[in-house]
Amino acid sequence: MAEILVLIDHAEGEVKKVSFELLTLARSLGEASAVWIGPGYEAVADKIAEYGPAKVYVAADSELTEYVVAPKVEVLQQLAAGAGAVLVAATGEGKEIAGRLAVRLDSGVLTDVVGVTPDLVAEHSVFGGSVIAHAKVVKGTPVIAVRPNAIALEAAPGSPAVEQVSVALSDAAKGAKITERVVQEKGERPDLTEASIVVSGGRGVGGAENFKVIEGLADTLGAAVGASRAATDAGWYPHQFQVGQTGKTVSPQLYVAAGISGAIQHRAGMQTSKTIVAVNKDPEAPIFELVDFGVVGDLFQVVPQLTEEITKRK
Amino acid sequence: MNIVVCVKQVPDTESPRKLKSDDNTLDRAAADGVINELDEYAIEEALLIKEAHGGEVTVLTMGPDKATESIRKALAMGADKAVHLVDDALVGSDALQTSYALQQLVTRIGADLVILGSESTDARTGVMAAMLSERLGWPQVTMANKVEINGTAIAAQRQTDTGFDKIEASLPAVVSVVEKINEPRYPSFKGIMAAKKKPVESLSIADAGIEADKVGVANAYSSVVDHADAPARAKGQIVTDEGDGGVKIADFLASKKFV
Repeated sequence: MAEILVLIDHAEGEVKKVSFELLTLARSLGEASAVWIGPGYEAVADKIAEYGPAKVYVAADSELTEYVVAPKVEVLQQLAAGAGAVLVAATGEGKEIAGRLAVRLDSGVLTDVVGVTPDLVAEHSVFGGSVIAHAKVVKGTPVIAVRPNAIALEAAPGSPAVEQVSVALSDAAKGAKITERVVQEKGERPDLTEASIVVSGGRGVGGAENFKVIEGLADTLGAAVGASRAATDAGWYPHQFQVGQTGKTVSPQLYVAAGISGAIQHRAGMQTSKTIVAVNKDPEAPIFELVDFGVVGDLFQVVPQLTEEITKRK
Repeated sequence: MNIVVCVKQVPDTESPRKLKSDDNTLDRAAADGVINELDEYAIEEALLIKEAHGGEVTVLTMGPDKATESIRKALAMGADKAVHLVDDALVGSDALQTSYALQQLVTRIGADLVILGSESTDARTGVMAAMLSERLGWPQVTMANKVEINGTAIAAQRQTDTGFDKIEASLPAVVSVVEKINEPRYPSFKGIMAAKKKPVESLSIADAGIEADKVGVANAYSSVVDHADAPARAKGQIVTDEGDGGVKIADFLASKKFV
């Protein structure tokens, strides 16, 4: 069986859920090998083992995480010889890693993949989810960037062999040095792209202060908070929470849109969500074309009532 | 300071976007072309850097004849000149091939800084700046929401999910910018008139020294097997709030086991 490399995405000592999704996928394609880059593997070794990699490569040198993207590419390049495919998370940085690695390996790359068959045909959701395309890498070792929340998690506890890896970085890989990591928004809420429930607010929220209503519902549901472009452009909510064509693409189990009209800009970032609920004053709002359940009404009446009702039923 | 801004003409997101049934490539005729929205931030950033440090801004694009519309817009915003790679042999090129072609052109133009939007609104692969950085061997200063140049040093804030990383590098470098780094200017009437006189160099792949067997759909690294419209969502239930809208949603969520 071919070895399928999975780059483990982690931050602040925590493994991102998408990494376990990738390991689940990798096991269906061949023999899964996890690749851990940076310090801190020991603390999460058990968690990774739950998702059944046969092997874990650990490149623990802290230097590997002190520069932008390129060192990770050099680690993966060293390990990729003979591998059947390399899987990374289709996050902003994950896609950059995939792109550079593909150049290094002179191999094809597929991004924003939502599924892969054992013969490595990848399913993409394109044009904001309006078209499904299947594609295949035809040169080199396929590098595949898979979207968070696209693969159903399946644990398969095992005890992987651990192999320490050291890499002599090229000078080019040390071109862009990270001098400081600034964490601005790190609450208790789940990551926007990984969350199984997302509650978003838009123009109808009407102001930064009013986002408390959205956050209140989100926290009751254990959800991430998103915002439409109208809301982030107005400065009501930080830009990194923007869902849409020029922001994040999310595909949660449940998406709740409050005060969002559903312009194509927004739909492109959320219309592959499994269940969609919306509240909007305008019965003609295009968001209602997408919903499983919609309420025409004032979000300041409906959303707090919903929050209260959920709290009551818990 | 020589700054090259890579610009892509994309189908307008407001018009229907399609793949062609014969070769699964983008149907450019089916939709109106516009400049990729995120590239406007790249152009603006290049103009701001030029205004602060002097130099020249060259717009670089690869695409069909129609892409001149995007070039004109960039020139009207204030870029000095443009290079347009246009050749039938390029049709259907994938990201790897495009990055190879852009590398050849950047090298030919000569640059201290290459600036791109962080992704295009059509393919949304988000790989181009990283690939170009890899091919040129230049530092990758990408997903920047702030850029500062000081002599040959460049400092930037790289946007992350939880905040930003401060990064430092030396020129030449490849920069990609995210929305919010600046507020792209609207072309003025004077700018629009001036753009008509600005030089636009149109190059074939032979002119640019690009090898024909390294570009185009026939030599691509990946191929689209098939495509279809995503199944339409089933029509949902819509109710008007009569004072119990929140309760009704809670009932719905309970029926779906979310609460």
